[in-house]
Amino acid sequence: MAKVLRADGMNKCIGCFSCMMVCAGVNKQDHSLTKSAIRVKTRGGLKGKFVSIVCLGCQEERACAEACPSGALEHREGGGVLLKAEKCIGCRKCVKACIVGAVSFDEVENKPIICKHCGVCTKFCPHECLRMEAVE
Amino acid sequence: MIYQNYIRVLNIDLSTQKIKVEHRKDLMEYLGGVGVASKLLEENMRADLEPLDESQPIVFAVGAASTIFPVVTKTVAMFISPLTGELGESYAGGRLALTLFMAGYDAVVIRGKAAKPVYITINRNNVEFKDARALWGLSSEDVGGFIRENEPGSGKRSILRIGPAGENGVAYASVCVDTYRHFGRLGLGAVFGSKNLKALTVIGDKSIPIKNFKDYFKVYQDIYKKTTDTEIMAKYHDLGTPINVEPLNDMNSLPTMNLLQSSFEHVEAVSGEAFAKNNLVRKMACTGCPVGCIHIGQFRREFDKGYEYESISVGYDYELIFALGTFLGIKTSDEILQLIEAVEQAGMDAMSTGVVLGWATEALQKQLISEQETIIALEFGNSVNYIKAIEYIAKGENDFYKVLGKGSAEAARIYGGEEFAMNFAGNEMPGYHTGYGAIVGAVVGARHSHLCNAGYSADQSKEDFDKQKVVDALFEEEVERCMLNSLIICLFARKVYDRATILAALNSIGYEMKDEDLTAIAKRIYKTKLRIKEALNFDVKGVKLAKRYFETPTLNGILNEGIAYEMIEMYHDKMKDFYNA
Repeated sequence: MAKVLRADGMNKCIGCFSCMMVCAGVNKQDHSLTKSAIRVKTRGGLKGKFVSIVCLGCQEERACAEACPSGALEHREGGGVLLKAEKCIGCRKCVKACIVGAVSFDEVENKPIICKHCGVCTKFCPHECLRMEAVE
Repeated sequence: MIYQNYIRVLNIDLSTQKIKVEHRKDLMEYLGGVGVASKLLEENMRADLEPLDESQPIVFAVGAASTIFPVVTKTVAMFISPLTGELGESYAGGRLALTLFMAGYDAVVIRGKAAKPVYITINRNNVEFKDARALWGLSSEDVGGFIRENEPGSGKRSILRIGPAGENGVAYASVCVDTYRHFGRLGLGAVFGSKNLKALTVIGDKSIPIKNFKDYFKVYQDIYKKTTDTEIMAKYHDLGTPINVEPLNDMNSLPTMNLLQSSFEHVEAVSGEAFAKNNLVRKMACTGCPVGCIHIGQFRREFDKGYEYESISVGYDYELIFALGTFLGIKTSDEILQLIEAVEQAGMDAMSTGVVLGWATEALQKQLISEQETIIALEFGNSVNYIKAIEYIAKGENDFYKVLGKGSAEAARIYGGEEFAMNFAGNEMPGYHTGYGAIVGAVVGARHSHLCNAGYSADQSKEDFDKQKVVDALFEEEVERCMLNSLIICLFARKVYDRATILAALNSIGYEMKDEDLTAIAKRIYKTKLRIKEALNFDVKGVKLAKRYFETPTLNGILNEGIAYEMIEMYHDKMKDFYNA
């Protein structure tokens, strides 16, 4: 069964950023947090809560894919989209279309950073803030 | 610089507002962190001038493996300490190491003095000097708030700032890093203030491709597992460092009421468990650390009549509970948090502040000073008045508080009471009255900190006491920590990072190192520090120890002054042999 990432335990987050490091490392072979598809930040400074900004795995209607003029974002089974890099022209329409701001843009590659729900971040979360959920 | 054969140094001159970037191949033999920072301090410092002279440098450095392995989270700051007049070295976690690394700098050297208050913003392709005139006088919390609103890079930035104490030259003023971490000890905040530097922001968003992903990720995973799946780090996350309050109390090692006692009758009310039960609301981590030792406690304050309350959260740790709690006879966790908050607002080192106030309390009791000087009654257990006193120190309210702001050694020199001024070579004591190891270790330690050589740990050894063995252990640990601090590993993870692990980590990111290389680097760094101390005229044999250390029982009973001095001499001889070899 297909799985999608769920970040619904963020109340337990300690802000270690391990999820971002392994996402950038595994998926982009880069040390930089800017390459991560999941982004953890605070709302209102460090005294505020940690929140994660990551693909919610839309199922029926995917705004990012609808906005893409070149068909570079294909429906992923279970939810979300997969980036076909060779079709992407770097127009950033998907960045704008995602209402939760989960699509960030890689300025060097000139491509959006799309979460593929691989789940590596969940394996390096020390506090079970992140998990994979099986979906129909 | 990772994957390069040079150290990338950013030089900032505040007087001219010019910058210069250098690629220093010669610094590679110092690896990074405290090694690189020591060398840069040695090159840039002026031994002939005062610590707060504008030509003195501030050096920051990240380590050779900073933030890309778990718990390798620290940045070192080096400077001439306005508190001791010699080697200033302090470490902070938070996000600073990550952001400096991702901005593309291994080290930053700041010199000169801005004509008017400024703050600096460093990012990968710019260094900006910004107007901080309106921020001068604000607490470090308020400054952090303004900068957060005005600067980009949320989540990938670090904000360093000082409070009023740093502006006013308090010799133990701190620099707050990312709200909950600090360059606490030895007065970096005053050095910032002396340069009209209110804050420093670093934004790190550079791409750094991983050279050998397979090797790197294997080592990363091994260390991550060792950190999270085993018991090694659990205590730091669960109750955190305050877990030590009760055991140290039971060992007669918990400095209480200016070390008149080494155990506290109200210890249960200020223990790690008490804080967890009454105040703990959250735990946090430095970037790159899956442990999360930062414990945040909350208290409620009535700011007006009519049920007007606010809730306030501050970070707490063992050292703060000791210095602002037991050392001042404070009996509740709520009051300790209130004192911590006052110190945060002022921007001062919690440990020095508490210990200085301990001296002042006893000096008042013994009538060396009167309320004419202290303005308010300083008495053990009276947190309300201590909070006022903290504000007075930060502001330099009168001549007496100006002197208190120079530290307990200076205060005792002027008003008397050297026998109960609890410092080591000018740096106020840490919370471990465990035995000879702690005392001798703090005197001979390069920066007079318990973290130089962990003398308190040597004191807890199960073996029979042997002077030479303790001296040897202190020396070996001092040298080894020079290497650990060149990476810069959080010392809480000392047991995770054995030599084999360190070599595996370094080799996976392109260093070609063997065990003997690490030894050579450690020695090279320690020698550099000793050269700096020599240039600043420090003589370990000239240090005078307060009598109180030898009157209050330790884990190892009442100590003998003669033995302590003898051990300092033994260390001195060993160090000289090493230095001259």
